[in-house]
Amino acid sequence: MHSSVSVPSSAVPSVGEIQTRRKSELDPATAQSAAPNKMKIENVNFYYGKTRALKDITLSIPPNQVTAFIGPSGCGKSTLLRTLNRMNDVIPGTRIEGRVELDGEDIYAPGTDVVSLRRRAGMVFQKSNPFPRSIFDNVAYGLRINNLTHSRGELAERVESSLRAAAIWDEVKDRLKESAYGLSGGQQQRLCIARALAVEPEVVLMDEPCSALDPIATQKIEELIVELKARYTIIIVTHNMQQAARVSDLTAFFWLGEMIELNTTEKMFTKPDKPMTEDYITGRFG
Amino acid sequence: MSNLARRKLINNSMTVLTGLCALFAVASLFLILGYIFWGGVRGLSFGFLVNSPKPIGEPGSGIANAIVGTIILITLGSVIGMPVGILGGIYLSEFGSNKFGLLLRFLIDTLTGTPSIIVGVFVWTVMVHPMGHFSALSGGVALGIMMMPIVARTTEEMIRLVPHSLREAGLALGAPRWRVTLGVVLRTAASGVATGAMLAVARIAGETAPLLFTALGLNYLSTNLLQPMASLTFQIYYYAQSPYEEWHDMAWAATLVLVTMILALNIAVKILTRNRHQQA
Amino acid sequence: MGSTLTGQGSATPLAPNRPPSPFGRAASSLRARPRIGDPLFKLATGFFAVLIAAFAVLIMVEMAINSKLSIAKFGFGFLTRSVWDPVAEQFGALPFIYGTVVSAVIALLVSVPISLGVAIFLVEKAPPKLSNPILFIVQLLAAIPSVVFGLWAIFVLAPTLRNHVYPALQSTLGFLPLFRGNQNGLGLLTAGLILSIMIVPIITAVSTDVLRAVPGTQREASLALGSTKWEATLIVLQNAKSGISGAIILGLGRAIGETMAVTMVIGNRPQISASLFDPSFTIASAIANEFTEASGEIYLQSLIELGLILFFVTFIINMLARLLVWSVTRGEGRGAHV
Repeated sequence: MHSSVSVPSSAVPSVGEIQTRRKSELDPATAQSAAPNKMKIENVNFYYGKTRALKDITLSIPPNQVTAFIGPSGCGKSTLLRTLNRMNDVIPGTRIEGRVELDGEDIYAPGTDVVSLRRRAGMVFQKSNPFPRSIFDNVAYGLRINNLTHSRGELAERVESSLRAAAIWDEVKDRLKESAYGLSGGQQQRLCIARALAVEPEVVLMDEPCSALDPIATQKIEELIVELKARYTIIIVTHNMQQAARVSDLTAFFWLGEMIELNTTEKMFTKPDKPMTEDYITGRFG
Repeated sequence: MSNLARRKLINNSMTVLTGLCALFAVASLFLILGYIFWGGVRGLSFGFLVNSPKPIGEPGSGIANAIVGTIILITLGSVIGMPVGILGGIYLSEFGSNKFGLLLRFLIDTLTGTPSIIVGVFVWTVMVHPMGHFSALSGGVALGIMMMPIVARTTEEMIRLVPHSLREAGLALGAPRWRVTLGVVLRTAASGVATGAMLAVARIAGETAPLLFTALGLNYLSTNLLQPMASLTFQIYYYAQSPYEEWHDMAWAATLVLVTMILALNIAVKILTRNRHQQA
Repeated sequence: MGSTLTGQGSATPLAPNRPPSPFGRAASSLRARPRIGDPLFKLATGFFAVLIAAFAVLIMVEMAINSKLSIAKFGFGFLTRSVWDPVAEQFGALPFIYGTVVSAVIALLVSVPISLGVAIFLVEKAPPKLSNPILFIVQLLAAIPSVVFGLWAIFVLAPTLRNHVYPALQSTLGFLPLFRGNQNGLGLLTAGLILSIMIVPIITAVSTDVLRAVPGTQREASLALGSTKWEATLIVLQNAKSGISGAIILGLGRAIGETMAVTMVIGNRPQISASLFDPSFTIASAIANEFTEASGEIYLQSLIELGLILFFVTFIINMLARLLVWSVTRGEGRGAHV
């Protein structure tokens, strides 16, 4: 991994410039984007010890779109998400077969720099997990350890633009030095999003980001996700089908470790190809 | 050096550094055990274990008095400390969830943390001083006082580990609460309580300070509880401080006996608890 | 239903034709009946719990009573005087406080980095197959009696220090008053060093527990931002800050209460001197050394007063430590949970 993409701060859109939701650019027939894929998953099998949690998964993630993984609990969607930034490496006894590519490069190739990979593919977790530090220091953390800024002023600018991009700047601008734990749950989650955005990732992986939040906070984050796809490729795991329908362009449905169907969101939620998909979406099981 | 390379260097250096710390800790145990073995095994013999001390220069000296003394003192301490500790622990786990229980637990923990020499001073003022002489009995009391809070807390913890459903099953059959506690809960927690007690015994077997002003020491074998009593720990202390080479050797050999006993207890407990976890 | 009743079964309005209850007639009626089993049980076990707790109070009271004379004679000055003259019956606690504090500080300076290193290694770096045996070995170290450490210190540690380490120390840092003067292997520094080995197990054990109690998501959050494993460990440490402080303070409490190993190597001289090589005394070792030979009531009571001071200091230190450790391992005060 050699690329260290750094977007000049002038390219950061302010709140006023955020584009509104665009219609999907995907070809409904093949559900694949015309542009080269941001990430590619090829014949992936994943094992927790002896148990096979993911069975021969193949799909492509188009750039600047929101791809949703849906399915009942335990179907492997979170596991698959975590293979994309090699977060499963921290769990002992796991094994992966197959190929996962970011911009055409295999991220599991020996000699891959995992630290750089994780900078390029950021993650937002199910339960917000800010560090026991101030709001400012939380967002600045990634910038500091990666040495991405060269002056105090630049650091403050980047922190501000990240907080703006996460649509939380106005709420915290006067209390940047206060502890992150003073924020509400929804605010903490948006702070974690800001923290992830600060290191300028190309892909943002979101693992059920709203499951611990109330409806109003959820709505704010869903709006944010739609805004963010203009600049990032987003993959979201959710057990809330309505959320997937509202937010994503492409949806993959998983069950018991297998990908049952991959389709544009429009098609998946109106006329899915597989009967099992239809059963799940209409609530017949799961 | 680039930033990333520098960070990785720090990361790897820290792994090495912390590994060295762990190595140091492990090494110190083996270093100490090694010296104990090397210094003590020469003095070990059957005679050493069954003879009482003889005057300097005479062959055939042993520490039988100390071995017997330690056993007597531990037994005294356990007789006093275990029942009190177990029953107290039962109270804490069954009825101790209120403010009063909090206070009790606080004081009991204070007792656990009290330096052992202070316990010795205490028993001196209330037993030895009025009695006018040192005695094995007072030594046993001192050890018992040290045992009580330890056993109480481990008993409480073990009882708390018993699942609620077991308790409820007993109560649902119409049995009174005390019957459920003794018959069902305690029986289930028995092995845990026992291992806790074993650890407490190992702990007091190694104590010297509380014996300094209570049981003191004795140079011949005795079972008289109202007189001073020898103990392995006191004997080691006494011999180590002396100017005689012969006594130094005996101190090492006695240490070997004592440490073997204590480590055996600890390892036995570890084996027993591992089995328990595997069954669960 | 319809079974015939035998024995005690009586047909009550609520339950006609019921089979006899295994618990006796009383259980087949719903009317409350005084039970003495439970209250008696509570009383009996409660008595013993209170007894144990009472000892803590009794010890303090008894020692206070038995140091009345010296408290009356010396007052608070006891804490600041450095004279210790049994003949003239003048006593002051300062030399012992000094020795206790310095030996404990030395012990902490050496043991804390090592203990933390071990704990970090066990929790963050080592696989369970390695960490479990190492933790067990550390626990065994804790089981070794104090007098055995003392024996080892006299015959192994002290000679090694005297012949190899202290000369080197003197030649490099001898310009400091800390390292001047004659050294024979025994003294304040040696006492501090043997103490440090003795408190490594408790600081390691508690720190390990504390580090394990930090939620894994904190570590993952750091890694997900592209941090190295060590940087993620720093985040974990920051989460565990108060618990680790508690572990260190617990180690401190253990160090100041240690008697046997200290009294065997510290040289047992009531003096305050600048050099760490000089003999000294701690409160605990002083009591151990002089108690049985104390002639005269004031002498004895001064020693007991020393014990009282030690009791209080240990009490406060342990209480503080427990509060700190409790706050992390019980999850209190850490993180707003949605």
